[in-house]
Amino acid sequence: MSLPGPQPTLFDAAKALLARDLKLLWRRRGDAAQPILFALLVVALFALALGGNPQLLQRVAAAVLWLAVLLAGLLSLDTLFRGDAEDGSLEQWLLSPVPLPWLVAVRVFSHWLTTAFPLVLVSPLLAELMQLPHPQLPVLVASLALGTPLLSLLGAVVAALTVGMRRSGILLALLVLPLYVPVLVFGAGAVAASAQGFDASGGLLLLAAGLVVSLLLAPLTAAAAIRIANS
Amino acid sequence: MRRRRGRETPSLRNAGGNGRPRPPARCGADGNAYNVAPDAPACLRSHPRTEAPDPMTATPNPPPLLDARGLRFTRNDDPVFGPLDLHVDAGEALLVQGGNGAGKTTLLRVLAGLLRADEGTIRIDGRPAGAGERSRYIAYLGHLPALKQDLGTLENLHVLCGLQGRRLRQMPGNALAIVGLAGYEDTLVRQLSAGQKKRLSLARLWLSPAPVWLLDEPYANLDLDGINLVNRMISAHLRSGGATLVTTHGAYAAPPVRNRTLTLGTAAEATA
Repeated sequence: MSLPGPQPTLFDAAKALLARDLKLLWRRRGDAAQPILFALLVVALFALALGGNPQLLQRVAAAVLWLAVLLAGLLSLDTLFRGDAEDGSLEQWLLSPVPLPWLVAVRVFSHWLTTAFPLVLVSPLLAELMQLPHPQLPVLVASLALGTPLLSLLGAVVAALTVGMRRSGILLALLVLPLYVPVLVFGAGAVAASAQGFDASGGLLLLAAGLVVSLLLAPLTAAAAIRIANS
Repeated sequence: MRRRRGRETPSLRNAGGNGRPRPPARCGADGNAYNVAPDAPACLRSHPRTEAPDPMTATPNPPPLLDARGLRFTRNDDPVFGPLDLHVDAGEALLVQGGNGAGKTTLLRVLAGLLRADEGTIRIDGRPAGAGERSRYIAYLGHLPALKQDLGTLENLHVLCGLQGRRLRQMPGNALAIVGLAGYEDTLVRQLSAGQKKRLSLARLWLSPAPVWLLDEPYANLDLDGINLVNRMISAHLRSGGATLVTTHGAYAAPPVRNRTLTLGTAAEATA
């Protein structure tokens, strides 16, 4: 009786998906810069609207920077599974011997790496635009480094839920923004706390705890949602 | 099958080509037209349990590679097909025929594990197999190509091999040559024609380690040469102990291998 041949390992599948996404990013280098440009514009618009008052800018800097990053992530969230659903790649994920939650986790990681991580890297520049005091910069970068993967994982669940719809558009935002509230509160709150001279570690630790929990649960939930959307 | 449908009772809708109540007869004992494989029995069997053992296999009565019993699928309380019994042995092709909307694609998606059947059991090699277990044994070629437009042909094959595994001693480069895409290794998929994309999907299928192929309209978009290619691939796959389900609109291009036919009727045809 014919048995199946060599099966793909978790490592093979992760390597193939990551290589694919990085190659695609390189082929469309122009698109890759869009989240950064968007966040830059949002911050610039806030700075212009607030009238260049350094004290006022400093006071709202943490909130504006966090919102700019959050909105940039929201705009790229729909591309997380949409392309793969339209060309049938998701179908092959479902049919792969590799567990679907693992593939989802790898895809969320590569999406975070290509859309959110560049924002974390340029956040010192954005902070400079908002006149954020330099002692608060490490707290801001740490809160973004912990918070943006959490945003990606929470967003993945909602993106998976809406992947079966032809055009999710504003519905995706309506569903995901309430889930983002705690992340925003603790992320921006940690920076605000350090601005007032308090210890910022409480908010950061809560973000880290949320990240650990969602690392475990979000891929499972998103995979279940993809199965529903595909049937 | 078509002759039998005339005697069906109008109340029975679309029972997979035969309208009898359960347990239905084994499917497709009448598709004998392309039986040219040298090792095939002279007449195709209506009752596999009483058949002579296949001379190619050592064990006297091997279980079918893929065996589905009482398979039924409804969409929004509308029956799509079933209850339906079907089985495919190693070295055999089952042609799934039927008009548009007869449920051919749905049947293949249920067997592949993309859709969940309302009733019925599916066995692989005689063992009950859930969707996760089946994924190791089944390669599915559907309407969606699963190809990335901005990647080259070889890059796409490497990605898909990472997901599905790779047959022993088969390399993506060789697979491209087999499907007639030699020289297109670095061509982006967006620059390929529809037929060439289909050939690339066939290369992916060729690399799959799974013994059961579910092919949904594999002849679509292909020229005569491509149709011959599909038939040659199916023949080679069956010779190596695999099995294939192929959906076609009609018998215009059946592979020249030991095969049987399963005819799905639409609800309208069944009640006509």
